[in-house]
Amino acid sequence: MQRRFHPLVLIVPVIAAALLGRLLPTWTLSLATVAASNALVALGIVILARTGNVSFGQGLFFAAGGYGVALVANASGLTDAVAQMLIGGIASGLLGLLIGPLIARYSGIFFGMLTLALSMVFYGALLKSSALGGSDGFNVGRPTLFGMVFADPREADFMLYAVAVATTGLAGIAAAILFRSEFGLVSLAVRENNLRVEYLGLSANRVIAVNFAIAATFAGASGAFALMAQRHIDPQFAYWTTSGEFVFIAVLAGYQSVAAVYVASLALELVRSFSNLYLPNTWQLVLGIFLLAVILFLPRGIGSLWAGSARKSAEPAAATPAADGGGVP
Amino acid sequence: MTAVLSARKLNKRFGAVVAADDLSLDIAAGQKVSLIGANGAGKTTFVNLATGYLKPDSGSIALDGTDIGRRSPRSVARLGISRSFQIPQLFVDLTAVENLAVAIAGARSEALSLRAPAEAGGRREQAVEFLDRFGLAGQADRPIFELAGGVRKLVDIAMALARRPKLLLLDEPTSGVSAEEKFATMDRVIHAVAPDAATIVFVEHDMEIVSRYADRVVAFYSGRIIADGAPGSVLGDPDVRRYVTGGLR
Repeated sequence: MQRRFHPLVLIVPVIAAALLGRLLPTWTLSLATVAASNALVALGIVILARTGNVSFGQGLFFAAGGYGVALVANASGLTDAVAQMLIGGIASGLLGLLIGPLIARYSGIFFGMLTLALSMVFYGALLKSSALGGSDGFNVGRPTLFGMVFADPREADFMLYAVAVATTGLAGIAAAILFRSEFGLVSLAVRENNLRVEYLGLSANRVIAVNFAIAATFAGASGAFALMAQRHIDPQFAYWTTSGEFVFIAVLAGYQSVAAVYVASLALELVRSFSNLYLPNTWQLVLGIFLLAVILFLPRGIGSLWAGSARKSAEPAAATPAADGGGVP
Repeated sequence: MTAVLSARKLNKRFGAVVAADDLSLDIAAGQKVSLIGANGAGKTTFVNLATGYLKPDSGSIALDGTDIGRRSPRSVARLGISRSFQIPQLFVDLTAVENLAVAIAGARSEALSLRAPAEAGGRREQAVEFLDRFGLAGQADRPIFELAGGVRKLVDIAMALARRPKLLLLDEPTSGVSAEEKFATMDRVIHAVAPDAATIVFVEHDMEIVSRYADRVVAFYSGRIIADGAPGSVLGDPDVRRYVTGGLR
């Protein structure tokens, strides 16, 4: 519990990062928007991972947010980027509140597989739903911002970049506050020994469910950004490979640092873009080698480069409290 | 004296093994009760039944008149029973003061704060105060995985004490502590818990500890109580000598 600067001071670099888009080459804007949007989902996975549970099915909430926004946009003509982001987050957050308490009873691989199963059920339902465009999905209009219409593609890209970076940055600040809060501390305790948490009078399931709902909210907002960037939505949003990509970023980042999520997301997008450009037929190989290298040399993620030195973990003991014969009770 | 904990005709079986056999026991407020018995006699089963980890097959167990036989460990903890463990159950990646902060968070009635830092609002001071009672203030910011077994044991007990329970159950508080340090450790434990937990039940295999610190001893054998009374009379009981201490000394 060492004294650190208050996360709210990070608003300054967040604003700076959003304005940086003015100086960036056009081709990097959409790359950075995708990276920021993906980082938002991965941030949710990291928040949830602090309780010891990994969701392999965040595509469910990513798609639920996207489809929710797309349906509202097409029904009401709403095009405002901030409103769409909020609708996506709220829609998925509510879904997370519904599913979270049910799924919090499970842990480890069962938790992960259940989330994956739910996302694939949703994928299947979307695929069969002709009202939602089936496998083709459907299109939405160009986003606006507070009544401003962006006819110039460069301006439109910058607007979306700025909103995505600002939203993801603010979500990161909220996550940093959460991490150092009492709730954040208990989340780590749940990760290590959830039965002891219960013996202390706290509900481990409630802690997991709240973290789950937060992760769902972030994924829903990210789904809205993906929708605005592509102006199209289809069931692929809920497919397991989409969820896998978010887990990929979270694994790269580790669970100790918020900033690591952005670094990991950007690194992934850069590796993917450049390997796709220079090695078009083997870019997945490059991506796999990159992940292997991170797992091999930074098993606790990129964040351990700066956040892990203070807390070199006795990971095996943490993961298996009964390893020395002393499981509760 | 009023019974804080009252068990009536508790039964618990694990297949062919009878862990609690028509067990009836009253623990009065203010007592320091030691549970003794050979391995498998039913001591830890009784602790697990009293803390909600196990549910009795039949019979009842009540805390201050409230039935706790079907409640969860969380619910029992909230009613006022805390426990420590034979092998400390700590959050090993967190520091000692953070472990205590989690325990203190559990002791409060209000919801966990999503915003306020874990050490804010006097919580750190409170956590350090609990550690200080056990002489561990200097270890406050060290992660648990760096601490020795005896220190972990004390942190585990400090966490159980954070709720200021009506009844504190200690499962072998000196196991893993060297022979030279066991009395010092137990002195520290008794001194530290005195202001907050007047009623203590401790499972113990060391008869020197039992005779020095308990004012009542309950001897278990095959899920039954074979002797119950003052340390001198219980430890001198022929059945206790035959089934319990004979195998322990």
